[in-house]
Amino acid sequence: MNWRSIWAIAKKDLKEVRQNKAAWGPGIVVPLVFAIIMPMMFIILPQVIPVEDVQRELGDLDVMLRAMPPALQALFEGKSLEQMFVLYMAGFMLAPLFLIMPLMFSSVIGSDSFVGERERKTMEALLYAPTSDMELFLGKVLAAVIPAIGLSWITYVVYIIVVNVASYPLFGEIWFPLPTWYPLMLWMTPALAVLGISATVLISSRVRTFMEAYQMSASLVVLVLALVAGQISGVLFLGVGTTLVIGSIIWLVDAALIYLSVKKFKRSALVAKL
Amino acid sequence: METIVEVNGLERTFGQNRAVDGMTFHVKQGEVFGLLGPNGAGKTTTVRLLNGILPPSGGTARVFGFDPATDGQKIRQQTGVLTESPALYERLSARENLEFFGTLAGIPENTLGQRVLDILKFFGLQERVDDKVETYSKGMKQRLALARALVHEPPLLFLDEPTSGLDPEAAQQVNELIAGLNERSGQTIILATHNLLEAQRLCDRVAVLNKGRILAMGSLTELTSKLWPTMWVDITFWQVPSESAWGAVKGQRGVRQVTGQGEAWQVQVESAEVIPQIVQQLAGQGASILKVIPRDYTLEDIYFALQAGEK
Ligand SMILES: Nc1ncnc2c1ncn2[C@@H]1O[C@H](COP(=O)(O)OP(=O)(O)OP(=O)(O)O)[C@@H](O)[C@H]1O
Ligand SMILES: [Mg+2]
Repeated sequence: MNWRSIWAIAKKDLKEVRQNKAAWGPGIVVPLVFAIIMPMMFIILPQVIPVEDVQRELGDLDVMLRAMPPALQALFEGKSLEQMFVLYMAGFMLAPLFLIMPLMFSSVIGSDSFVGERERKTMEALLYAPTSDMELFLGKVLAAVIPAIGLSWITYVVYIIVVNVASYPLFGEIWFPLPTWYPLMLWMTPALAVLGISATVLISSRVRTFMEAYQMSASLVVLVLALVAGQISGVLFLGVGTTLVIGSIIWLVDAALIYLSVKKFKRSALVAKL
Repeated sequence: METIVEVNGLERTFGQNRAVDGMTFHVKQGEVFGLLGPNGAGKTTTVRLLNGILPPSGGTARVFGFDPATDGQKIRQQTGVLTESPALYERLSARENLEFFGTLAGIPENTLGQRVLDILKFFGLQERVDDKVETYSKGMKQRLALARALVHEPPLLFLDEPTSGLDPEAAQQVNELIAGLNERSGQTIILATHNLLEAQRLCDRVAVLNKGRILAMGSLTELTSKLWPTMWVDITFWQVPSESAWGAVKGQRGVRQVTGQGEAWQVQVESAEVIPQIVQQLAGQGASILKVIPRDYTLEDIYFALQAGEK
């Protein structure tokens, strides 16, 4: 395995993605919304809207509270209405929404590097390079996975800072991240980044253009929206244990998809599609 | 000279289509070998098979002693390929393109930068190294693609239609560069083309292909003598020569027939050696010779004769 070649491929792909606005556009907008605009709204909202509205929101909270493990329920004890609202919104309700990021970033970059390479008719020269199929594959996968995880983690860090700073006057302490966030950030986020790219590789052999691949892999976001719905309705509350289990299932799916994509990503198959 | 490419009964089918249909040829080190054929003859497919990026359906091939079907990577380390379309990263600069491919080819980090600049300079692109390739003209792109194929100094170079789509001036420039490569560094070149003049200019030997099969193979003179065992000479006189001159030439050994009349004759001979003897004979007869022109066959004549024979 020649790592110098693998990194060269990954770096080359990222340089190319940088030139594709449709690919990196969401990479800027989504973190901005998630890490800055959303938390600011949650934290400012309860201080400006009427108390009755906050109370109505907290009616929904009851459903979720009942689904929570006791250790987390304890977090809400002895809190003021405003504090409970912020805790609920910033700490729980939309937490799974963040999982859109690794999935989306890796499938967008993957679409550009796997399908875009063919669409722009540059694949042939690459196939003639003295690299193995596996090195080519790894280079392209890393080009998607590393920035997807990195960008997600940066967004988490910014979110943590924004939440703590903005809610400091309300709480008087640094209270975020909550324990449920660690498996989400460290276990589920990488799993979804890998899911995004491996699904995209499989999709890429069936579509002709970057846009088609982008749209098809975007449908994976439904998966994350299901988790969001589960969280809000209290049907599937993402506690530490649940997150670890779901994350592990995703990793297993990843392993299967990666196995299939490696089998598909062969020069002999790629050359037929030039 | 060492044989570096050996192809025996190589086949590749796509469904019912026999893209490469039992090709056999050898290429020696330092040769410029042409794969000459019309669209769909199987030129690009052959290049792909020899570099191990497409598996064959039958037959064998050895490049530097390696089997492309199993050791493609080892072969690709020693080959450079100019693909049919330039296949450059248009959004990257020339330097970035070459540094990328140079890295994949294993050029050490500490010499890569200089090597890239040197080759860009050699191809006359030194002023545009950091411009995006999308701003290049077609001819410049082709030269850059050639530079990419050569950046790691491969001993064997494949050129797939190196001048297609270029204007005559750019085409000539590229052809001169190619001719120079073989002369300067003795690089072995396999040139796929449907351009007869190009093949004639550059190739030591050609294989004339059609529908995946080799119709004929050899140097231009070999092919000519195979197709036309005799040759024609046009002789023009200043004044109409005597009757006896006609008879003398006709009776000469190696002369098949004499046609024409007055001061323009056409003489069919068995080989070129006969021509000086005819001239001597005529001079002895006191004929005033103005011009003696042996008819040369071009690759074009060969090509069309073979294509006609095929039908
Ligand atoms: N991946 C493929 N799938 C199906 N058929 C193919 C494939 N590649 C080549 N062919 C067929 O094989 C034959 C030879 O094609 P090839 O590209 O080798 O010809 P060529 O001599 O390079 O022609 P051109 O001058 O047009 O480049 C053609 O009939 C072509 O349609
Ligand atoms: Mg071709």
